[in-house]
Amino acid sequence: MDRSAEGRAGTPFTLDVERGKVREFARAVRAEHPAYAEGEELVTPPTFLTTMFHCESEVPGANPWSLLNVDQKRGLHAEQEYVFHGPPPRVGVRLTCQSRIERVYEKAGRRGGTLTFAVLVTEFRDSSGKLVAEARMTGVETAENPEQR
Amino acid sequence: MSRRWQDLHEGLGPEPLEIGPITRTDSVRYQGASGDMNPIHHDDEFARAAGFSAPVTVGMFQAGVMHAWLAAWLGPENVRRASMRWKEPVFPGDRLTFTAAIAKKYELDGERRVDVELWCKKQTGAVAVTGSATYVVRS
Repeated sequence: MDRSAEGRAGTPFTLDVERGKVREFARAVRAEHPAYAEGEELVTPPTFLTTMFHCESEVPGANPWSLLNVDQKRGLHAEQEYVFHGPPPRVGVRLTCQSRIERVYEKAGRRGGTLTFAVLVTEFRDSSGKLVAEARMTGVETAENPEQR
Repeated sequence: MSRRWQDLHEGLGPEPLEIGPITRTDSVRYQGASGDMNPIHHDDEFARAAGFSAPVTVGMFQAGVMHAWLAAWLGPENVRRASMRWKEPVFPGDRLTFTAAIAKKYELDGERRVDVELWCKKQTGAVAVTGSATYVVRS
């Protein structure tokens, strides 16, 4: 992992919270609550903002994670957190998102070897510029076979 | 759908949710919906090269099921924080059981809140995911 990527921010990108996408995502996580499918004021499931992958991949430079050069075969998703400053985003809103690499650090593995962690923070703002949600992803690059850790 | 403040107490949680066996179709559907196209979740050769015996499920799939299940109990519009930590990989064929319990009931800045701890266990009893969440309680 390239530690010099710490502190780097990506190009801002847009996430339109679309009705069909919310229903598709809700179905994929077996969420049958009517709040995701019926009525006019639909909300998003708690982990819906992960769909930012779709929008981020369309904007060159949006995802600073690539600057870390993590080996995909040794890379694992260790932790994820979403914080909402009010109700979760509703269908119909347009969010402006920006990601940055907050921190890169190392830890000794439980069975030897060094694990390298990186934390990617993404901020989600509404059309008025208000911060409505934050995502914090912690990824780890292992030094060995992941099933043996 | 959401719960009333006076009925909530520490230790209380929704009825456990059991799902499975998980299938590779669950992974394909989740990957299409989320946009995470990592081949480690659907490509046998890639998964073996990464040291797994078979494609692993998407960690965000089981964590997404877990948090959506909790949201159905406390009201999807009431979530203020959802976090998750992966402990063990899950493979197609595994059965998963989700449990949750209120860890703390409190008021903050005039808002009633609960913190909840969550667990996703495999049929072996091993914990695959742990989670925590904060919800506001408005009724």
